[in-house]
Amino acid sequence: MSQDVKEHAEPNYWGVWLALLILTILELGVTKLPVPKFIEVFALCALALTKAALVAAYFMHLKFEKGALMLIVLSPLLLSAILYIGLVPDAITHIRWLPN
Amino acid sequence: MSHAAMMSEVEEHYENPLTPGWGKLMMWIFLCSDAMSFVGLLAAYGSVRMFDPNWPVPSSKLDVPLTALNTFILICSSVTMVKALAAIKRGDRKGLTLWLWGTIAGGSTFLGIQAFEWTHLIVHEGLSIQSSLFGATFFILTGFHGCHVLSGVVYLTCIMIRGARGGYDARHHSPVEIAGLYWHFVDLIWILVFTFVYLI
Repeated sequence: MSQDVKEHAEPNYWGVWLALLILTILELGVTKLPVPKFIEVFALCALALTKAALVAAYFMHLKFEKGALMLIVLSPLLLSAILYIGLVPDAITHIRWLPN
Repeated sequence: MSHAAMMSEVEEHYENPLTPGWGKLMMWIFLCSDAMSFVGLLAAYGSVRMFDPNWPVPSSKLDVPLTALNTFILICSSVTMVKALAAIKRGDRKGLTLWLWGTIAGGSTFLGIQAFEWTHLIVHEGLSIQSSLFGATFFILTGFHGCHVLSGVVYLTCIMIRGARGGYDARHHSPVEIAGLYWHFVDLIWILVFTFVYLI
C-alpha cells in the first residue's frame, strides 16, 4: 500500500535543493536592494511562497498526488485567509489602544 | 491475529480513494490543522506589526546571516530525508539509516544554533517574551516551530532505530514516508517564518 499514486521517476532532488539555495540567496540579496519597501515585501513574499511550493510539490510529493488530496491540503489555507481578512478590522480597532 | 496483519487486512478491504495508505492521509490532515495554527500565529504577528509604527527593523536585533545558515541546514536535512525514503524504496536499509542520520544531525544542528541565538538575545540583548511585542511574537513563533523540530528529531530517531533493526523494506516503508511528510512540513514552515520574521 505504499506505492505512489502516479508512477513517476524519482525527481531531481539535488536540482530542487539548488533552486532552494539560489532562492534563499536571492532573498538575502533583495533585502540589500535600494527599492521601495512595498516592492521588497512583495518580492520576499513571492520568493518565500515559491520555495514553500517547491518543498510541497517535490519533497512532499504533492505534485504526484491526486487532485482531491491537493484540494484537502489547500482548502484550510484558503479558509485561514478568509478568517484573517474577516478579523483584520477588529485587530485594527484593538491595536490602536495598545500602549507603546 | 497481530495488529499489523489486522491493519493490512483493513487497508485491503477499505481502500483509501485519495492516496495509498490511511496513515499518509491522516498525516496530511494533521498537517493541515497544524498549518492553520501557524497561519494563525503568522497572521497575529502580521496584524500586530502592521499597525505598530515603532516596530524595530528585524536585522537590527536579529542575526540574519546566522539564521540564513540555519535555514540552509534545514533545507539540506529535507534533501537527506527524501534520499532516505528513496533508499528504502530500493530496499537499501543501510542507505536509509545513513541518510536518516544526516537528517537527524541537520535537525539537531538547527536546534543548537537556535538555542545559541536565543541565549544571545536573552542574555546580551535583553530581549524576552515580556520585554516587547517584538520579543513576544519572535519567541512564540520561533519557539513553536522549534518544538516541532525537536518532535521531528525524536520521531526520526525512532524511525531510524526501527529501520536499523530491519523494520522496513522496499515494500513496507509507509512509516518512513509519513515521517518524511512531517519533516518537510517543518522545513516549509521555517521558510515562511524566516522570511516574515527575519527578512521583512
